[in-house]
Amino acid sequence: MKTLFRTCILAAASLWSVAVLAAGPNIPLDEAKVDLHDKASLQRGAQLFMNYCLGCHQMQYQRYNRTFNDLEIPLELGVENLQFTGEKVGDRITNNMSADMAGNWFGTAAPDLTLVSRVRGADWLYTYFRAFYADDSRPFGVNNAVFPNVGMPHVLQELQGVPRKTYESRMIDGEMQDVYVGIKTDGSGTMSPDEYDQAMLDLTNFLVYTGEPMLLQQRRLGWYVFGFLFVFTVFAWLLKREFFRDIK
Amino acid sequence: MGKLVDWIDERIPMSKTMKIHVTEYPAPKNFNVWYIFGSLAMLVLVNQILTGIWLTMNYVPTADGAFRSVEYIMRDVEFGWLLRYMHSTGASAFFVVVYLHMFRGMMYGSYQKPRELIWIFGMLIFLVLMAEAFMGYLLPWGQMSYWGAQVIISLFGAIPWIGDDLTLWIRGDYVISGATLNRFFALHVIALPLVLVILVFLHIVALHEVGSNNPEGISIKKKKNSVPDEEKPKFKFHHRFTSKYDIVDAIPFYPYYVVKDIFWVGIFLFFFSYVIFFNPAMGGFFLEPPNFEAANPLKTPEHIAPVWYFTPFYAILRAVPDKLMGVLLMFGAIVFLFLLPWLDRSKVRSIRYRSTFHKVNLTVFVISFIVLGYLGVKPVTEVYTFLARLFTFLYFAFFILLWFYSKNEKTKPVPERITK
Amino acid sequence: MSNAPVDKGRRRFLTVATSVVGAAGAVGVAVPFIASWNPSERAKNAGAPVEVNIGKAEPGQLIRVEWRGQPVWIVRRTPEMLESLSLVEDRLRDPNSEEPQQPEYAENQYRSRRKEYFVAVGICTHLGCSPQYLENEFAEQVEGVNAGFFCPCHGSRFDIAGRVFAGVPAPYNLVVPPHYYLDDENIRIGEDGEQA
Repeated sequence: MKTLFRTCILAAASLWSVAVLAAGPNIPLDEAKVDLHDKASLQRGAQLFMNYCLGCHQMQYQRYNRTFNDLEIPLELGVENLQFTGEKVGDRITNNMSADMAGNWFGTAAPDLTLVSRVRGADWLYTYFRAFYADDSRPFGVNNAVFPNVGMPHVLQELQGVPRKTYESRMIDGEMQDVYVGIKTDGSGTMSPDEYDQAMLDLTNFLVYTGEPMLLQQRRLGWYVFGFLFVFTVFAWLLKREFFRDIK
Repeated sequence: MGKLVDWIDERIPMSKTMKIHVTEYPAPKNFNVWYIFGSLAMLVLVNQILTGIWLTMNYVPTADGAFRSVEYIMRDVEFGWLLRYMHSTGASAFFVVVYLHMFRGMMYGSYQKPRELIWIFGMLIFLVLMAEAFMGYLLPWGQMSYWGAQVIISLFGAIPWIGDDLTLWIRGDYVISGATLNRFFALHVIALPLVLVILVFLHIVALHEVGSNNPEGISIKKKKNSVPDEEKPKFKFHHRFTSKYDIVDAIPFYPYYVVKDIFWVGIFLFFFSYVIFFNPAMGGFFLEPPNFEAANPLKTPEHIAPVWYFTPFYAILRAVPDKLMGVLLMFGAIVFLFLLPWLDRSKVRSIRYRSTFHKVNLTVFVISFIVLGYLGVKPVTEVYTFLARLFTFLYFAFFILLWFYSKNEKTKPVPERITK
Repeated sequence: MSNAPVDKGRRRFLTVATSVVGAAGAVGVAVPFIASWNPSERAKNAGAPVEVNIGKAEPGQLIRVEWRGQPVWIVRRTPEMLESLSLVEDRLRDPNSEEPQQPEYAENQYRSRRKEYFVAVGICTHLGCSPQYLENEFAEQVEGVNAGFFCPCHGSRFDIAGRVFAGVPAPYNLVVPPHYYLDDENIRIGEDGEQA
C-alpha cells in the first residue's frame, strides 16, 4: 500500500515536473535510482565529493557533522578521512577558493552544490556526470552532452578514462550512415564502465541527500501526521453525522 | 465562571457577540461542500500568520543574508524546515481555497444584491493577497524570486509618462536590490497582513449583516409574521434576526456548521500535509526549481514562469502584443471581477435556476481560467500564443455576454422555500 | 426536522472524543513552534567543546579561552597557592562546595579534576562581571593570601579555587565547567568525558 501510494505520488509528480521543465536538455535523461536509505552508497558519494568536487565547488549550507551523522559515519572517522582543510567538525563544507580566482580559471565562479539536486533534479545530475566527451575545441578538451560548452574540466577522467562520442555505421534507407550511439570510454580509467556508473549514482545520491537532508525525517513524520489525521477525521465525521441527524 | 462572564459582559459585549455571530446565528440549512472554503481560508490565514511570525525570527532581510538564512532555517533551526514548508504550502493553499470560494460565489450568485459589498471586500482581499504573495516570493532571494519580481515590477513601466520613474521608485535602486528586499519584507510581514486582517473582518461583518446566501439562492428571511409557527425552525435565533423577519429553513452556525467545518478541516489537512511532508515543491509548482539557486542579477533562468496562482493573469498579459495594452488587459481581468455584482442583472441567484446559456457561459469562463493558468507556465510558442488569445477573449466574453443576457434571462421558477 | 430522540450520551462522547483528539493535535502543532526556539545547529556548533593546550603554561599563569561566548580560565596553580586553600576555609561562604556550581568530579577542596589546574568560568556569580586574577596582590583584599580573584564591579572576592568569601555580594562559588584531560597537555572544555 505504502509503495503503491508512493509510486502514484512519484508518477504524478514526474508528470508535473515534465510539464514545468518542458524546456529541458536536448538529450534524454537516464533515470537515477537514488536511495537515501542506502548509507553505503551515500558514504561513497560523500567520499567522491570531498575528493573530487570540493576543490572548486562548495557546499556552504551543509555542515560536516550533520553529514557524518546522517550518513552514519563516526565523527572521528569523518574528520580524519573526509575533512581536508582542518575545519572544525561543526563547520560548513567550504573551500578556500575565492570567486575571483575561479572566475579567472573557469570564466565563472563554480556554483555551490548544496542545492544543485533541487535545481537540476537527480536524473539530470546522473546523466550529466556520464555525458562528458572529448572535444578539442574546448579549453579543457572536454564538452558535455547535457550541458553544452560547460566551463569545467572532466575532473573524473582518471576514473572514467577518456570518453568519446561514438558512432556506428548502419544501413539506413539503403545508405550507410554514421549513427551516434553514445559516449564510450577508451578504457584508460581506473574504473570499468559499470563501476563508473555506480560511482556516479553514489555521487548523485549524495547530492540528493544534501539538497534535502531532512527528507527521511520529513517523510517519517508525514506518516504519523496522516495517522493522526485519520483518527481525528473519523471522530469529526461521526460527530458531524450525529449532529446533522437533527436536520432534514 | 458565570460571575466572570457577567463581569466581562458588563464591560464588553462578549456573550452577545458570541450569540449573534455563532451560537444563535441563523445559517441556511442547505450548505453543501462548497461552503467550507471560507472557514478553510481563515485556517490558512492563521497558519500563514503564525508560521510567518516564526520565520521572521530567523530570516535575514538583506541581499547577502536572505538566501543563506532560508537555508539556515531549513537545516540548522530545529523543525525550521517544517515551519517553512507550512508557510510555502500555505501560500498556494490560500489561493486554492480562495479560488474555489470565489467560484462558489459565482455559481450561486452570492455577489448579487444585497451582497455586493461582501463581494467587493472579498475582491479586495484577493487583490491584497496577490500583493502579499508576490512580495513574499521575493524574500527567499532565489533566481525565480529575483527575476519574477523583475518582470512584475517592470509591468508598471508600461504606464505612460511616469512608468520608468515609478519602477525606479518601487525598486529604490536601478535594479532589484537589498533596498527592494527590505521594503517588500516590511510590507509582507506587517503592512499587508494588517490590511488583510481588517478586510477579512469587514468581509465577515458585511456577511453577517445581510446573512449567508445558499445553493438555492433563496432568502431565509421572510416577512415578519408571514410564517406559521409550526413551519419555523425549532432553534433559538438571536432576536436581532427574528425581530425584523421570520427566519425559515435555518440552523444555528454553532454547533452544526462548526462540526461540519471541523470534519472538512480534517480532510483539507490530509491534502495540506501530503504537500508539506511528501511533495513540498509540488513538482515545481509550489516551489520552483530555479529558486533553489541564489539570486544572480547577471543571469536570467532559461524559463521564467510565475507561481501557478498568477499564471492565468500572466497568460493574458503575454497574449497581447503591446506592453501597455497587455498590462491594462491583465488588470482589466481583475476589474471585471470587481464589477460582477453590476454586470449580472439577473433576479435569480443560483445557477440551479438559471438559463442553460448562463451555465455554459460560466463553464467556459472556468475552463478559460484553467487553460490560461496552464498556458502561463508554458514557454511562448505560436500555438500557445494563439490559444492564450482565444481564451483571453473567452474570459472577457463571459462578463460582456453576462451583462447582455442577464437582463431578460429565461430562468426557471425559484421555489419559495428551501426544500432540499 | 426529524423527530428521532437525540442520543445525548453518544453526542457527548463524540464531542469529548473529537475535542481530546483535536487538543492532542494542537499540542502536536505547537511542538515545532516551541522546538524552533532551542539553540540551532549554528549555535550548538559555535558552543561546541574547545580544546586547550596547557603544556606551555608557567606555574601561576592564567590562560583565558572562550567557550560558549564566555571567558573560561585555566590557572596552573603553584604549590604555595594550593597551600593557601586550607588557610582561608573559615572565611568562606561555601568551603565544601555544597552548592551545585561544579561537576561532581570537582566537588573537592581544589574544585578541579587535577590539583594543579583550576578551570572555571570567569563570570562573577553576583551580576556577571568578569573578576580580575590577582596572582600576587590579593593580600590587599584578603589578609595573608597572595593569590585570588577580585571582582572590581562590586568587590566580590574568591580564593584560588574560585570559592567565594563570606561578606561579599556574590552568593556562590565560581562555576566550574565540564572538562576533562585528553592527555597531560591537552584539556577539553565543555564535556565531561568518559572519565566522569
